[in-house]
Amino acid sequence: MKTKLSAQNLNISFGTKQVLKNVNVSFNENEITALIGPSGCGKSTLLRSFNRMHDLSPDANINGTIMLDDLNIYSKNIPVTEIRKRIGMVFQKANPFPKSIQENITYGLKINNLPHGKDVIEKALQEAYLWDEVKNDLKMPATRLSGGQQQRLCIARAVALRPEVILMDEPCSALDPVSTLKIEELIKHLKKKYTIAIVTHNMQQAQRVADKTIFMYLGEVMEEGPTDQIFNNPKNEITTNYINGYFG
Amino acid sequence: MNYKSRITLDIVFKVVFKATGYLVLALLGGIFAMLIYNSISFFLDVKPWDFFTGMEWAPTAKSPKYGMLPLIVSTTLVTFGAMLIAIPLGVGTASYIAIYAKPRVKNILKPTIEMLAAIPSVVIGFLGIVFLSPGIADLADLPNGLNALNGAILLAIMALPTIITVAEDAIHAVPNAYKEASYGVGANRWQTLRKVIIPAAAPGVITAIMLGVGRAIGETMTVLMVTGNAALMPTGMFDSVKTMTATIAIEMGEVPYETTHYYALYAIATVLFFMTLFANIVGEFFINRFRKYHAV
Amino acid sequence: MESFLLTDSENIMQFKTNKLSSVIEWGSLLLSTAIVCFFIAVIIWEIFSKGFSVLSWEFTTMVPKEGMTSGGILTPIIGTVLLTLITSAFAVPFGICCAIYLNEYAENTWVTRTIRAAIRNLSGVPSIIYGLFGLALFVQALNFGTSLVAAGLTLGLLSLPYIITTTEEALKRIPNSTREAALAVGATKFETIKDVVIPSAMSGILTGVVLTLSRAAGETAPILFTGAAFYINGSSGYVNQEFMALPYHLYMLSTQHQSIDQVKPIAYGTALVLVIVVFLLNLTAFYIRYKYRKDEN
Repeated sequence: MKTKLSAQNLNISFGTKQVLKNVNVSFNENEITALIGPSGCGKSTLLRSFNRMHDLSPDANINGTIMLDDLNIYSKNIPVTEIRKRIGMVFQKANPFPKSIQENITYGLKINNLPHGKDVIEKALQEAYLWDEVKNDLKMPATRLSGGQQQRLCIARAVALRPEVILMDEPCSALDPVSTLKIEELIKHLKKKYTIAIVTHNMQQAQRVADKTIFMYLGEVMEEGPTDQIFNNPKNEITTNYINGYFG
Repeated sequence: MNYKSRITLDIVFKVVFKATGYLVLALLGGIFAMLIYNSISFFLDVKPWDFFTGMEWAPTAKSPKYGMLPLIVSTTLVTFGAMLIAIPLGVGTASYIAIYAKPRVKNILKPTIEMLAAIPSVVIGFLGIVFLSPGIADLADLPNGLNALNGAILLAIMALPTIITVAEDAIHAVPNAYKEASYGVGANRWQTLRKVIIPAAAPGVITAIMLGVGRAIGETMTVLMVTGNAALMPTGMFDSVKTMTATIAIEMGEVPYETTHYYALYAIATVLFFMTLFANIVGEFFINRFRKYHAV
Repeated sequence: MESFLLTDSENIMQFKTNKLSSVIEWGSLLLSTAIVCFFIAVIIWEIFSKGFSVLSWEFTTMVPKEGMTSGGILTPIIGTVLLTLITSAFAVPFGICCAIYLNEYAENTWVTRTIRAAIRNLSGVPSIIYGLFGLALFVQALNFGTSLVAAGLTLGLLSLPYIITTTEEALKRIPNSTREAALAVGATKFETIKDVVIPSAMSGILTGVVLTLSRAAGETAPILFTGAAFYINGSSGYVNQEFMALPYHLYMLSTQHQSIDQVKPIAYGTALVLVIVVFLLNLTAFYIRYKYRKDEN
């Protein structure tokens, strides 16, 4: 299995508060990797560092290397917009642009000078299992879609750019069970083409979708391994306690 | 657009945005510098002591007199009179809206009061001349009703929307827990309002009043139109008065540039600037205190 | 006191005084509200009832005639429209850019805090002082003379703090997740602001702008010495010349005209037109806000 994305000796602090301590993780190509752990363990911080979302916080201090294939994504001569094009992101709360469905897909393509014709739009929406529901209302404001549809639109927006990696930050936490299942199905289908990292609070979800699971606690990686092993045969006592629901 | 020009644009606009921020600073600095520079020019000709304590404002007399005390007293008198009317009415109305009014009544009252705030001051001044002035003249048996009382009533009307809106927000923002605690020990609504809500909202209400004062001191057109503009030391509300703003408005149009009289008007403006600044700073101090104690 | 318990008669007494004071309280608050409403009603009634008979198509489309004792108010209407346009052309972009800087870029340093304090103070500076500043800066220092452009820029400066404050409030309401959405597809910060943040905040910004302009349109003090004229022959409209404006026209008619009684109807008409203009702008702002709330739900 080829490693697509990895972090080595990653330390992140905001001001004087250290949020990630010496993190070493890797994400395999065409696999779904789940990041689990109690609130505040740093899993979202880790995920966001992969497409340089922390660049916006002036007090963020990042040390270590993050490699996308052979490329250090924090190296000076790589434009941050290029990194974000290659590593897409889907957020906790669906955040479509206040524009039409169609423009939501084409916006990223336009600014990055990529083709944004009808076929591209259709393909992205189809990949996100949304095409059949919206094909007749492409000009409709995206905000009129339901929560689950909006989140699938955000996924379509991310895949439209043909990224190599898709980061998902608790993408189902604001959705009902039916929409959640639909998105999980979608995520499993997407791994054929993309490498996926997903942060989740929901351990059943991690078991349902992930090939590999990383358990984090207080800014450190406690344990990583195949999902089956993490949930059925954890080596670390803290992991055992967490997956058994003793805290979290 | 290629990446390079996108980044260039990004940087250019960052600089543009930042520049506008600094220009605002320059604007206040510019106003301040203008006031100070012209005031200094004035005080080279006239002693500050004579200016602040002089009882006579007669800049066009043969031997010009630049005593601004009558102007300060006029402004104070009109503002004070306005507040005497506006504070009880404003706080009363704000309490009514915040505590008693049903949502439907509230939805009518609030836009109505905003409508009053939208009416230009020159229109209020016009009504002062054609409507209020004859009324005051009849009631008080005066030749005309262009006096401090007229100005005070109009300024009260103009300060009302500010006072009502800000005070209503403050009363509304008093945490419900306070009210419930008061009802819980058997107090009725009146007692709750007087003993709990008003004291808790007091800093916010003071802010509302100070903003109203600031507005009244700085208001030009209404007082210019209805107070009669006699630059004498006023002795009562039925006297014709000439406020600081009205003095600037009337005389700046007629005075030759860069004469002592011209500089004197800037010196008045400087005093006016600091008076409104003081009112606003006091208001800000109290609203910060209010926020600190009742943060939700 | 020997006991904290009250006797029956004391209890009833207290209940009665409570009841009475409740009624007085309620009555006094209601009375003050009624007085305020009465003021508003009188103002509106006085202007509409006396101004309405003057209002006609001719009144708004004819220039003032015979020493302003007859004719219409076309010249001041044109002047006010042009003045407001100059004001917005200056203050709207400037104010929005400054709000963007404060909300999207500025870190919480002492410079930023000073800028914010400056904006708060500027919004409290009396309008007559803006008039003096406009006179010193635009009329004299920059040598624009007393002119439409000098007065428009002066009103622009006066409007700035309001536009900055309302725009910043509108920007604050945009959640960070909206910005992240654009950044995540590779947009630069400027592109994020231009394509996503501003369009999302548009209704809030527009509401603030329209309200500010309605205020500027009714201002008189700042244009007194920067370009407003007693009378202009014909419907001139050059930015480097003096101009007539509705509020200044009303001021002149009601205080400076030699035959005040003769021009009173025209003054009422002018006041009514001015009030209608201001109310229409306010209604527009209400409509934008209402439509935005509806779209949001």
